[in-house]
Amino acid sequence: MDPRAFVAGMSALGAGCAMIAGLGPGIGEGYVAGQACAAIGRQPECQSDVTRTMILGIAMAESTGIYALVVALILIFANPLVNFYNS
Amino acid sequence: MNGPQVYFEIPVLKGLPITESMRNQWFVMLLILCLCVFLTHNLQKIPTGKQALAEKAVVMLNGLVDSTMGEGCRHYAPFVAAIMLSSLFGSLISVLGLRPTTADLNTTLGWALIVCFLIHYSNIKFHGLKAYLKGYLEPIFIMAPLNILSEIATPVSMSFRHFGNMAGGLVISTLLLSALAAFSNAILGFLPVPLLQIGIPGILSLYFDLFTACMQAFIFSMLTMAYVGNARS
Repeated sequence: MDPRAFVAGMSALGAGCAMIAGLGPGIGEGYVAGQACAAIGRQPECQSDVTRTMILGIAMAESTGIYALVVALILIFANPLVNFYNS
Repeated sequence: MNGPQVYFEIPVLKGLPITESMRNQWFVMLLILCLCVFLTHNLQKIPTGKQALAEKAVVMLNGLVDSTMGEGCRHYAPFVAAIMLSSLFGSLISVLGLRPTTADLNTTLGWALIVCFLIHYSNIKFHGLKAYLKGYLEPIFIMAPLNILSEIATPVSMSFRHFGNMAGGLVISTLLLSALAAFSNAILGFLPVPLLQIGIPGILSLYFDLFTACMQAFIFSMLTMAYVGNARS
């Protein structure tokens, strides 16, 4: 088998595996939003503060998912391993 | 799905490429400059129309800076506004059919490095060089490599977050467009145009182009204020 085809196929598989990391941020962000809803329900007057903090927290929690996305994008569109066998 | 197109290379330092992202960012800067000149020329004592809009925006931004960074940080407001507007217009430019400049890691990494420089500069200016260097040895000296690593992680995470959101939206939009083209070729192949491409990508674009663009601009500037405010306290 052509080693480059093997590397390309394995990279596509790796990109798919990397996106499993999307689970974590999904659960975390859902929890944050639920807690924010509970907080606003208890104290509706601090809605703007809670919303702003929630957005920041969600952005922080999203980081790991974004890292996984970047890894997947690199593996698919800018794969450094495919040219490994050329040299 | 390709990266930004390289137009030509300036033959210094092994070739300095001029890309689509840079051209679009120059366009964005021109747009912001024109907007500023338009909103602020011919100022009156009693504001009307566009001047009231500009004053409202400035007051809102000053309030945001005050509430996030604390009192006495008003001089950071222009920098935060510049970052926010560059990011917002750079992302929203995709509505005009141009490639969003923030879907390029070079752009966001550039902004994140400026913010990183500002964080360390503020820290040294506010606490002094000795206290700044001592901060790396907190809580005990063994933690120094981890502290240095976390300082490096700040610009990396900021730039990757913005870039990942915009590039992810761009990839999904492109994939959906080609999928719709193939699908309408398969079931409506007798028509000369891919009919299913009309309208459906617009709904997705509402989220990826408008919502994500505003959200990421807000988050990037909020994180800038939070990090710089944290360095000063």
